[in-house]
Formats: sequence, C-alpha cells, structure tokens
Amino acid sequence: MIRQPVVQVSGIRKLYGATVAVDEVSFDVQEGEIFGLIGPNGAGKTTTMECVEGLRVPDRGTISVLALDPVRDARRLQNRIGVQLQEAQLQKRVKVWEAVDLWASLYPKTVNGDRLLEQLGLADKRDAWFMTLSGGQKQRLFIALALINDPEVVFLDELTTGLDPQARRAIWDLVRGIRARGKTVCLTTHLMEEAERLCDRVAIIEHGRIIDIDTPGRLVGRHCPERTVVLTTDDRTAEGRFRTIPLVDAVSRRDSRYTIRGRGEGMVTQVIDCLSEHRIRVTDFRTVLPNLEDVFLKLTGHSIRD
Amino acid sequence: MLRGLGKLTWLEIKIFLREPLGVVGAIGMPVLVFVVLGRLLGRRAAARSPDVASGVSVDVAVFATILIALAAVLSLITIISIYREGGILKRLRATPLRPETILTAHVVVKLVFTAATLALMIVVGARYYPMALDVRVVSFSLALLLSTTSILSTGFLIASIVPTARFAQPMASLILYPMIAISGLFVPVESLPTALQTVARLVPLTYAVSLLKGIWNGSAWSAHLLDIAALILVFVVCTALSAKLFRWE
Repeated sequence: MIRQPVVQVSGIRKLYGATVAVDEVSFDVQEGEIFGLIGPNGAGKTTTMECVEGLRVPDRGTISVLALDPVRDARRLQNRIGVQLQEAQLQKRVKVWEAVDLWASLYPKTVNGDRLLEQLGLADKRDAWFMTLSGGQKQRLFIALALINDPEVVFLDELTTGLDPQARRAIWDLVRGIRARGKTVCLTTHLMEEAERLCDRVAIIEHGRIIDIDTPGRLVGRHCPERTVVLTTDDRTAEGRFRTIPLVDAVSRRDSRYTIRGRGEGMVTQVIDCLSEHRIRVTDFRTVLPNLEDVFLKLTGHSIRD
Repeated sequence: MLRGLGKLTWLEIKIFLREPLGVVGAIGMPVLVFVVLGRLLGRRAAARSPDVASGVSVDVAVFATILIALAAVLSLITIISIYREGGILKRLRATPLRPETILTAHVVVKLVFTAATLALMIVVGARYYPMALDVRVVSFSLALLLSTTSILSTGFLIASIVPTARFAQPMASLILYPMIAISGLFVPVESLPTALQTVARLVPLTYAVSLLKGIWNGSAWSAHLLDIAALILVFVVCTALSAKLFRWE
C-alpha cells in the first residue's frame, strides 16, 4: 500500500491583481521528510506556503493537507499543523512563558510548554519580554509556538533569515530534531546551503513556477554532472596522461597545478586510477563538486542572489 | 467559541500595565483633567450659587467620561493597527483564535481600564463634587458601560479597515472629535442648525451623551429607550461589519 502524501498540491495559481504570484505549482510532501521550497525572494515561496497553510485561497488548483482542505477544514487542520510565519512578531512586552501559555490554551492537545522551552534552549528566557530577545531566540520561540500543539506537519517560512551563521546552525539542528520526532517539515528558504544541508527533497521555484523537484543530490547530478579535480604534481608526463582519461573534457595547467574538468560520477575514480596506474606523485588533491547554487544558476541563468 | 478569550484578555491587561506611559495617558490624564477642572470650576461655581455648582459638575463629569470613552477608542484603534502592521495579527491568525476573540479581548481590556478610571475619578472627585456621590453610581456606570461598548464598536470598525497605524490615529481623531462638538455635550442638539441636527442624530455619541446626562441627572431608564436602542443598534451593526471587513495584514 502506498502511503498518501501528507501534503498534496496540484496546479495551484494565485494572482495579486494582474501579477501572477504562483502558477501551475504542484508537489507532494511525504510523511517524515523535510521538504524545501527554494528560490529567490519574490519567487512565490511564501504565497505557496500560505496557501497550503490555509491563510490564502488559491485562485485555481487543489490542496490537501493530512487529507483535509486547508480552507474548508481550517479549524480541524489548525489543530494538527504547526506554523511559523515569515516576519511575524508578538506583542513587545509579552513574556516568553505567557506566549507559550496563551498558545497552549488554544489547542485541545498540547505538549508541556516548559519542556519545549528547555528543548529549544529558552528555559532561562522564560520571563523575558519578547522585545528583549535576539533574532535567534525569537525564531526559537516561534518554533516552540509552532510545536506546542504536537503537530503532525510543521511549516517553517524563511526560518533563519537574518540570523548569524552560528544561530542558523543551531536552528538546523532543531529542525532535524523535529523530523527525528516523526514529524513532517515543510520549509522555504532562499539559502541554498540551508536547503542542501537540511532538506530531504527540494522544489526549485522561480517566477511562481516550479522548475524541478528532487533530492539535492539528484538535482545536482541531473543538472550539473560536471566534476572538477584540482591537483598538484611535478610529474611532467601527467598532463598528457590526464587528457587520455575518457570522462575528462579539459585539462589546464598553471605551473605544477592542474585543473581537470569532466562530467559523470565516474570521472573522479578515473582520475585516481590514472594517478595510481602511472604512479604519478601528487602533493595536493581535491575535488570541486557543483552544488544547488550551481543548479539554480544553470536552470535560471542567474544567481539566486541577483 | 471564544477559546482563549480569558487568557488573551488577562495577557493584554498585563502587557498594557507594562507600558508606563500608556497607563499614565489612559488613567492618569483623565483623572488629572477632572481634578484640575473640578478645582477651577468648582471654586468659581461655589462663589455663585449651589444650583450653578451642580449644573457645572454635571457637565464636567459627563465630559470626562466621554473623554475616557474616546481615549479608549483611540487606543483600541492604535493597538489593532500596530498589531496588524507588526505582523502580530498575522501570527495570531494562524492559530485557532478568531478575530472576534481578539477584538473582544481588547474591548474588555478597554472597559476594565475605563471602569478603573471612573472609580478613581469618583474617589478623587468626591472632594470637589460633593453631589457626585448622590448620583446613582451603579446606574451611571451601566450607562457608561453601554455607551463605551457602543462607541468602542465604531472604533473597531475603524480599526478593522484602516491600513496603517500612522493613518489610524489621525483618521480616528478626525471622526471622533467633531462628534463631541455636535453630540449635545456643550450645546443642546435642538439648538444646532437643522443640517447639523441631522448629522448629530446619526452620530452614536449623541445618544451616549443624552443617556449619560439623563442618568446623571436622575431621570429614569425608561425615558431613554431611544438612546439605548440606538447604542445597541450601533454596536450590533459595527460589530457585524467589522467581523466581515476585518483585515489580518
């Protein structure tokens, strides 16, 4: 028996006036995975996410979350999902525990708020006002609020935007912890590194359309099969030998430093085989693999930061 | 239906008290104005005759209560628009909280502080307005509760539709303060030009002033059925409209 996806989005379209924010977007999210919508700001990630959360109504297409309709069954669904919104705020002078306490009073089933704060490293901030928290602490509080009803699916929108790298890494660990507890996570990010490190599968979205969906590894393999080996050797015969390797496309040399370009997963092995076969002594060896950033560049023709 | 109302209301009361300036503005200022006016007018009135003194004090008391109600409305509108702009409403929307709950919580908070201000004024004012204690405090409080609730409902209709916090305050002032002028507080409605009389009859504040003045002066509730009906109608219409028009972001 095939399990039904936790989230099913099929052919949704959303217009803001004459602007098409999201068009023909379809994807499934499977139980227990971290699924990422990635793309530059304004690509339609948040609009898509807010349609799935039931906060916006798509003009066309259908969405089902836990086999419920996010708009029609909003109340029932709200008890089973957790939501963290982009650029959300709380009352400036609300204390951390008060927010958790209020949220806990809104749901029929909740987890222990104090333990949640402890797990998220906010136990010592229990009595602090919201306005006094750092960016990372605010985001951790929002994660706590998203988890207070022990949801089956958690939606996280631009969770680490504006955080320093250290706080970002801490948040990633927390998100992996959510998955470890058997929950499904659906997130948006414009950080390719975040998607690559955190997501089991990603959908690349640009100008309101999904360009491709897969695991980060397979996306890279499919769109950027290029491999590059950079090595250093004093062996003068090396250059000629490298050129005979089947999967190698180009070899360039600068003094004793070689850059070998090719394509296909076997290319690196072939280079290593060549080195050992001809006993070429290297003093430095590294491979440069393409990443999601390169995939995005290739698919859209521009960098995600443009 | 209004899950979380108690918690949210209590939370908003605590949050309000944590902002010292807000407390001074909402409670301290009206009481201060009341006392200062009381000293000035009370002394001058006493120099003339007891009759005049009672006439003056009536107006000051009603005027002060109307001011409290309007201050409450202004603060309600400002808070809701700040919450909307700051993304707080948006975050609350993604919970089982309903807009009715959020608005009700804020209205209850305003009513609580209106009551507190009123109580303080009665205590402080007893020195300057000896006759104030003869007034039927319970009746007057009920009349004020009804008036404030009704005026607050116009406030949350405004709060439901104003786009930004910056815009909210001036717009509300523009709507509310002219209402005082024609509400019959200073000049009887009957002595206004015909056109303004018509406007005055459409303004909820007119009915609030008429009710408060009447009850303060000791007239029976039955003499103010029109005022009561008008205030309830305003409340029902404004509440229904704002539940429909409420914007989360």
